[in-house]
Amino acid sequence: MACNGTGCQSGGCYKDNAGDEEEKLSTEKKLNGDNCGDGNHTRHQTLCFKCKASEATIFTGGEGGSRFCADCFRSNLYGKFKLAVTSHAMISPTDKVLVAFSGGTSSRVALQFVSEMQLKSQKNFDATAIRDRSLPVFGVGVAFIDESEIHPIITSTDFNQSIENIKEMVSNLSPPKKNLHLVPISNIYSTKTSDGKDKLKNLINTVNDATGKEDLVTHLRMLSLQKIAIENGYTKLVLGSCTSRIACHVLSATVKGQGYSLAADIQYADARWEVPVVLPLRDCLIQELNILCTLDRLETVEVFNNSCSGINGLVSSFVKLLQEENASRECTIVRTAGKLTPFPFNKIPETNTNDADMASQRRHKKFNLKPIESLPPESFCPICNSPMNAGSFDNSQTTPEHFTAACCSSCRYQILPEDRSSMDDFYSFLPESVITRAKDGNQKWIRERIQDCLILDEDEV
Amino acid sequence: MEGTHGGEKTKSRLCSICNQRRPALRRPKTLEQICRECFYVVFEDEIHSVIVNNKLFKPGERIAIGASGGKDSTVLAYVMSELNRRHKYGLDLFLLSVDEGITGYRDDSLETVKRNEIQYGLPLKVVSYKDLYGWTMDEIVKMIGLKNNCTFCGVFRRQALDRGAALLKVDKLATGHNADDIAETVLLNILRGDIARLSRCTSIITGEDGPIPRCKPFKYTYEKEIVTYAYFKKLDYFSTECIYSPNAYRGFAREFIKDLERIRPRAILDIIKSGEDFRIAPSTKMPEQGTCQRCGYISSQKWCKACVLLEGLNRGLPKLGIGRTRGVVNPKDDQVKSKPCGSLDF
Ligand SMILES: [Zn+2]
Ligand SMILES: [Zn+2]
Ligand SMILES: [Zn+2]
Ligand SMILES: [Zn+2]
Ligand SMILES: [Zn+2]
Repeated sequence: MACNGTGCQSGGCYKDNAGDEEEKLSTEKKLNGDNCGDGNHTRHQTLCFKCKASEATIFTGGEGGSRFCADCFRSNLYGKFKLAVTSHAMISPTDKVLVAFSGGTSSRVALQFVSEMQLKSQKNFDATAIRDRSLPVFGVGVAFIDESEIHPIITSTDFNQSIENIKEMVSNLSPPKKNLHLVPISNIYSTKTSDGKDKLKNLINTVNDATGKEDLVTHLRMLSLQKIAIENGYTKLVLGSCTSRIACHVLSATVKGQGYSLAADIQYADARWEVPVVLPLRDCLIQELNILCTLDRLETVEVFNNSCSGINGLVSSFVKLLQEENASRECTIVRTAGKLTPFPFNKIPETNTNDADMASQRRHKKFNLKPIESLPPESFCPICNSPMNAGSFDNSQTTPEHFTAACCSSCRYQILPEDRSSMDDFYSFLPESVITRAKDGNQKWIRERIQDCLILDEDEV
Repeated sequence: MEGTHGGEKTKSRLCSICNQRRPALRRPKTLEQICRECFYVVFEDEIHSVIVNNKLFKPGERIAIGASGGKDSTVLAYVMSELNRRHKYGLDLFLLSVDEGITGYRDDSLETVKRNEIQYGLPLKVVSYKDLYGWTMDEIVKMIGLKNNCTFCGVFRRQALDRGAALLKVDKLATGHNADDIAETVLLNILRGDIARLSRCTSIITGEDGPIPRCKPFKYTYEKEIVTYAYFKKLDYFSTECIYSPNAYRGFAREFIKDLERIRPRAILDIIKSGEDFRIAPSTKMPEQGTCQRCGYISSQKWCKACVLLEGLNRGLPKLGIGRTRGVVNPKDDQVKSKPCGSLDF
């Protein structure tokens, strides 16, 4: 057994190839779950694992990988979404939820599920409306960040067609009607300046490292989403990040030296942002989401070329390889990272305590995470918003040097330009909100936010 | 090469450190073009600061260097004896080797270690499987075939090193694990979901609760630099692969690390940094350690792993203790804590 895993492969003791092959198979069987390992295997092969009535047409990998009929597959996947939402108090009846839609499979399914959930609440509401203490129904909006300003490759006809498709798709979602916010990524610059678009281009061009460039765009996209959410009164931001995506993030953060902040990024809820971010598809594999999109003919739109390069590209092909070798690998990676101690802001701050919230609180407790460290992090990186464990710094001044000192070591290495004059340029192209974040604002409001989390923690003890 | 990090700008013909001599290499860790002499200096100085900053040794201590004859441990023995002399560490250094009893492989590599004993003036102690356990690896292979050998060599070697260290009455054992090995271990523990090992695998000193603490002076030293150093210094090391694994292939994780290093050399150090910084609750402990009722070695079970395996061999039931037999041999144990068996390094 000892030679089965990755460890001894490099040295390869005294194994012959036949033995090797056998070892690998037995590992796979073990890790794929023992659901189908019993003697009944052959007899029930074509029946759905869940209802045991319909014919199984869908085979899923991963943990609890199984065979389902279409209906059971759908309800199983939606069940995972719903469990994540309810057990982490992601959406409360008074919320106004903004779903970030990229055109891809994951965010398409997130949008679908959130709409379904809204429709169900609406039906409940309609059924109980006569009673006066009925629950309101949460609102849903959709955000699409237009990155055509920094992805020059696509032709405008293709782009316009994609935008039309997105509009149509959103208007075809189940009622009530959802607002679509189609916003260019340069919206992160103040509306007072007309040169946001140029500043953005210049900002990205001053970054040399391919991976750094990619990551910077990711951080800016988040800023952009936050801005839309704040300006339009949304109270939650839903991202479609699935297990596969998160597994890649776990490894790329590790490779970039972000081990300390990693725990913050991979939880179900992340309230370090002004509008808390939630990941209801955290437990769904991309393979499953792909199956659902095909099954239900959910339209996806490939607007920008989202394939990654550099470190991110290496990581995603590595994870793909691992997943092919062992269908539960992505789940294991995410589970490992899930065992890291989360931060105080990794839960939805509880605001008012009406009955619904109490109910979700009670459910929440059942799934409570490990005890959270009581000390909040000292500061947050103004670029990637990572919590940092290093000591505090003088952040009262606004100069490129002070800004550099305020950034995490990873951003300093892969995003900030090395030489002085490029750094000055970079700094001058930054949106104001990032500079303010470096100065004081971020730290201040985060502390306030954490303060009430900490009190809650004490109550729970 | 990604970006312009690592001194791309120094296009001059001179070493970017001393600015006097012609560069002889592109330093793997930083990609600076430097001369041979400066490479020796930065390579040795880095290891010296790691030793000093982490207080790896105290004056007057007896230190065993796990010596397999391979590149890592040969360079370690050489550099340690140099630094000990130069910086007056005041250490008594010894070479400690394990003879697994593999004809045409370990006997040859042991010849290398014996030459190192003379070259570096370090006393050598060899402990053999035959003496300790009554079995050579050749005999074990004859008995159990070509499968599951890693279980035996991993478990036996670990204990053999501890027993050899006890015989030498040393305070600590220094091993040749390098930065690449540690980065690989971090990734493997993530891939396997082993949070307890993840929390400890980047420690530069381990086993302080065990019989002999172990330390890794090469924790931040790149494998490529070790090979380069050995090459320039013309150090005498043994590089033949194990005769039982002629085409030993490298694991996915190792390949991945090499790919990362190619586009961003710093990635190896960043992985180690992540490993050190992971927020892991202190409660994720390893099982309580007791002692083996048969041989007195540390063990979380009634019998230590070596005794269980030996019992199987002696009773002609070699499968005993291998695989999923409940709680006896943890299949994860062999894989990364000790270096892969075929690589000749501990
Ligand atoms: Zn079914
Ligand atoms: Zn950062
Ligand atoms: Zn030089
Ligand atoms: Zn082995
Ligand atoms: Zn024993």
